[in-house]
Amino acid sequence: MAEDIIRFRDDEPHEEPAVSLDAFLDQSDATAVRIEAGEDPQQLIPHLARLALIEVDFPRFRDGRGYSSARILREAGYTGELRASGDVLVDQMLFMRRCGFDSFAPDAPIDRAVLDATLARYDYVYQTATDAAVPVWKLRHG
Amino acid sequence: MYRYDQYDQAIVDARVEEFRDQAARRLAGQMTEDQFKPLRLKNGLYLQLHAYMLRIAIPYGTLNSRQLRMLGHIARTYDRGYGHFTTRQNIQYHWIKLQDAPDILAELATVEMHAIQTSGESIRNISADQYAGAAADEICDPRPWAELIRQATTFHPEFSYLPRKFKIALIASPTDRAALRWHDLALRIVRNEAGEEGFEVFAGGGMGRTPFIAYPIRAFCPAEQIFSYIQAVLRVWNSHARRDNIHKQRMKILVHDLGHEEFTRQVEETFAHMLTLGTDFPRAEYERIAAYFTPPPFETGLPEEIDRADPEFALWVDRQTAAHKAPGYAIVNVSLKRVGGIGGDITADQMDIVADLAERYSFDDIRVSHAQNLVLPHVRKQDLHAVWQALDAAGLADVNLDLVTDIIACPGLDYCTLANARSIPIAQKIAQRFADIDRQLELGELKIKISGCINACGHHHAGHIGILGVDRKGTENYQLLLGGSGAEDTSLGKITGPGFDEDGIVDAVEKTTDVYLRERQDGERFLDTYRRIGVEPFKEAIYG
Repeated sequence: MAEDIIRFRDDEPHEEPAVSLDAFLDQSDATAVRIEAGEDPQQLIPHLARLALIEVDFPRFRDGRGYSSARILREAGYTGELRASGDVLVDQMLFMRRCGFDSFAPDAPIDRAVLDATLARYDYVYQTATDAAVPVWKLRHG
Repeated sequence: MYRYDQYDQAIVDARVEEFRDQAARRLAGQMTEDQFKPLRLKNGLYLQLHAYMLRIAIPYGTLNSRQLRMLGHIARTYDRGYGHFTTRQNIQYHWIKLQDAPDILAELATVEMHAIQTSGESIRNISADQYAGAAADEICDPRPWAELIRQATTFHPEFSYLPRKFKIALIASPTDRAALRWHDLALRIVRNEAGEEGFEVFAGGGMGRTPFIAYPIRAFCPAEQIFSYIQAVLRVWNSHARRDNIHKQRMKILVHDLGHEEFTRQVEETFAHMLTLGTDFPRAEYERIAAYFTPPPFETGLPEEIDRADPEFALWVDRQTAAHKAPGYAIVNVSLKRVGGIGGDITADQMDIVADLAERYSFDDIRVSHAQNLVLPHVRKQDLHAVWQALDAAGLADVNLDLVTDIIACPGLDYCTLANARSIPIAQKIAQRFADIDRQLELGELKIKISGCINACGHHHAGHIGILGVDRKGTENYQLLLGGSGAEDTSLGKITGPGFDEDGIVDAVEKTTDVYLRERQDGERFLDTYRRIGVEPFKEAIYG
């Protein structure tokens, strides 16, 4: 399982399996949670400090709710592992990275060479997101 | 107009290479058609009945002559020698081969054009007033803000897999020439009491099977906060829209289901949060962009008089030109609605001629209107006769702006996989019935809009007279709607009753105009008379 996960973090993978959002909200000691598309990520905001892993499920790659979930969590200060799981495809991973995902558990294997080329393709971005990329308006005006 | 710097060019060039790679992986079987489809749609490539359609973005409907010539080159080289301007001010080609698409995008990139986000569930090309920068009634040129919003919404990482498409329109005049409130997000530049520029915001408009006119959700958003505001709207929708039924996923449905008060409350709460993130573009970036839109060097002391000795020319001047903000200049509307032709279609040779005229007479500036005509925005009145002669020689001097033959029609069953009925032949039959120019002028402003299915690409809900083609037990059937408007007096047309066959709908339109001619009072347009007397007299004439 762990070898199928693509990570962009230096820390060790979190060992504890993720529990459902309902289970997490019921039990105070869980440190990993999984939210399904349509579940409100804001419910996790009071608990971010004790979370080490949040998994966001993509039931279909065209279902874009998880992008907003990721940003909401990062904007609330979450710094732990944020994992996109499910129907995660290589052509969506650049935007997922920009929204704060740093870990991926795709249903089908990802071709690492295609992924590297995809993530390196754009030298510039137009807008600030939840990654370190500097928007071109900032480059234009110093 | 705006010109790319090295950053804009690098982004568009990278996009070409990305799509070339994606298309190659698709052709090599490394991804499924289902996986490829949203990627090609985000590059404007749409599979129709006979071939691929490629839709190219014309940001806020503004082109220069070099770009228009490139569009002609693409028509000649990769299509059948013509293109089709759309109701969202873009251009599309209907006979494209998938394997040519990467090369076409590469050619477009050489003239600072692209097909990014012209289809699919993304933030679409922003549309705007085709008279921007020229209109006598605008409070400012809306295009610098349109360009800023274009950049801010291009490859937005959070909002590229939206529930459905998302259309933005922007104007800066009290007169609405952009069908503003029929968009998901409608922005009108206004000034507050302190004289500061900002945006009046409407949300949740759209046509389709469930038409809604956008609700006003904010009277004034400070101009420099507009990107935060747009992101707030998108986040509320992206987080909460239904994802189980493609017909219920447009933002208008969420606004309606939540109620616009609750929708607005959630947007305001999210907006307050967005403002803390520092994502808004700084004033300096607006000013950098605005510098590209400084007015052209209009001459002063030009004559206002126009030699009207030629009655054909005088007729064209009266109908096809509009007031310009600079003395001695006029806005010229170039009709793409020749009777018997296909509305919005233009040949490659005609594109070259319009490009030449723009270069010589209109500060190298061409616009596309949502009614699928072209505009030369800055023509000296003393040059109007020469421009008219050149247009006339090219078959582009028709006189019908906003008249009964200036019909919006979708491609319909002749091209589209979604259509239930043909649209183009209906438009042609109506135009032929009313071809006489004296009759058209007698009827005055009368906007007919025709869709070949309930998706409403032909804006039938917003037509003074709307026509909706449906499939009724295997035969094409046409419903008549009256009283719609896409202007500042936005309204939703109402179906009159049972539908008609192809010839019957043309007769019904004629009977409708007969009632208007009989009932109208001084100065009333068709729409005014309809609103005053209601639908009954029309129903009596049509069905009685």
